[in-house]
Amino acid sequence: MMNKLILGRYIPGDSLVHRLDPRAKLVSSFYFIGIIFLCNNLPSFAVMGAFTIFAILLSKVNLSFFLKGVRPLIWLILFTVILQLFFTQGGQVYWSWGIISITESGVMNAFYIFCRFVLIIFMSTLLTLTTPPLSLSDAIESLLRPLKAVKFPAHEISLMLSIALRFVPTLMDETEKIMNAQRARGVDFGEGNLMDKMRAIVPLLIPLFVSSFNRAEELATAMEARGYQGGEGRTKYRQLKWRLKDSLCILSYVALTFALLWARN
Amino acid sequence: MKPIIKLENVSYTYQQDGGRPALKNVSLDVYPGEWLAIIGHNGSGKSTLAKTINGLLVPQEGSVEVAGLSMNEENVWEIRRKIGMVFQNPDNQFVGATVEDDVAFGLENQGVPRDEMLKIVKDSLEQVRMWEFFDKEPVRLSGGQKQRVAIAGVVALSPDVIILDEATSMLDPKGRLEVISTIQKLREEKKLTVISITHDIDEAANATRVLVIRQGEVYRDGLPQEIFSSGEELVDMGLDLPFPEKLKLEMARQGLQVPEEYMSEERMIDWLWTSSLKK
Repeated sequence: MMNKLILGRYIPGDSLVHRLDPRAKLVSSFYFIGIIFLCNNLPSFAVMGAFTIFAILLSKVNLSFFLKGVRPLIWLILFTVILQLFFTQGGQVYWSWGIISITESGVMNAFYIFCRFVLIIFMSTLLTLTTPPLSLSDAIESLLRPLKAVKFPAHEISLMLSIALRFVPTLMDETEKIMNAQRARGVDFGEGNLMDKMRAIVPLLIPLFVSSFNRAEELATAMEARGYQGGEGRTKYRQLKWRLKDSLCILSYVALTFALLWARN
Repeated sequence: MKPIIKLENVSYTYQQDGGRPALKNVSLDVYPGEWLAIIGHNGSGKSTLAKTINGLLVPQEGSVEVAGLSMNEENVWEIRRKIGMVFQNPDNQFVGATVEDDVAFGLENQGVPRDEMLKIVKDSLEQVRMWEFFDKEPVRLSGGQKQRVAIAGVVALSPDVIILDEATSMLDPKGRLEVISTIQKLREEKKLTVISITHDIDEAANATRVLVIRQGEVYRDGLPQEIFSSGEELVDMGLDLPFPEKLKLEMARQGLQVPEEYMSEERMIDWLWTSSLKK
């Protein structure tokens, strides 16, 4: 189950990208996704594409991982691209049949959408492949901290996030165990029609929920016994350090923005 | 000597239990440096007793006092600082994402400065021989290793009392031995008081004092040799016996003459090779 999912997985490594501060990576990835909507012609996509490839090369992660990251979304991408291709009007008409027509701007739009999708997926895959989930949750906490001023529960959210991340593999193991136990008792997972499949999920889901409740209860007791009283007056064991290369990373995005503004119409 | 934990006429009833008290009139003194084993079969109130001691449950009647502080709203956090607790399921008490984060969790709660924290975390993990695993995630550890990390998390807070709430019950024999020997070592080095709630009779045989609980009441209280020499009676209660006692019972059943007194494994061996067993 885990092997198919590339999105959200971390590949340990020791490249420049790996060693960047997670806050820098998180902010810049979001920024990248934001500015990609400014692209409106071929040169601007070329600029963004070159930047992405440069970042991927810097991370020294095998390109096949990125292609695998695209795979689960391939149908969504194709669907959107085909809609754009057939239903956009404007420019020279190459071919038409009823309300469906392939036009010059249709082809261009379809291509842009495709590039946008792929670049966004590449960039977010790069973020998760090079950043351990734990650092990401640290980064989120650190970035949310200013929001405390408006009574936003930053500490609670980050605690929930880190506990959730810590329990993902544990719950995966448990799911597997329950599935096998139910199989041993004659439950067929993934067989029959949709109704049968859904019915087979019940003996998996209910024990999983019940055991999660028990886990939550025991975890809360253990936390309380170890003196957890909420976010007030706590110190932090993990600390993020902002270094020169993180500032350089942000600067490279400033440069990218200027290049992009120059390249677009 | 002044007792470090003092329970007086404590009673506790779970609401959903239909009024049957989980603890009935329990009075108990625990002295510094003791290793107290609390035994009893399922549902006898052992775990309820443990949770009462560190204020996770508030008894409806009676009073609890730890290190001279009486248990109430104000003192409860102060009392929890003095008591470290290790629970049964190694997975469900692992809060941190990695070993070192988990050990640091309690320290973070107390607001210990980071520089100090780094040193304490390393020291505590070395004491349970887990430092080499400091950056590992819980999924990569065995049950016994996770329990040792849980002990390190408790040791980091340097408590006066450690409560083991069936901490070895989900481990294999090897993991169980590891955890017990770790606790034994820590107890000697740090002059800790240990309260272990257990089904494992060999763990209880290591204790300096044994408390037998039945249906929420203290049934027997004494040295391990006193408790375990009443062999059949314990078996009737649904409890197990230490191996030498079981051997003695079986030998008596075969018609052999065996001494009345309680014997540790060593004593048993001594007796066996000095005696000339004849029917």
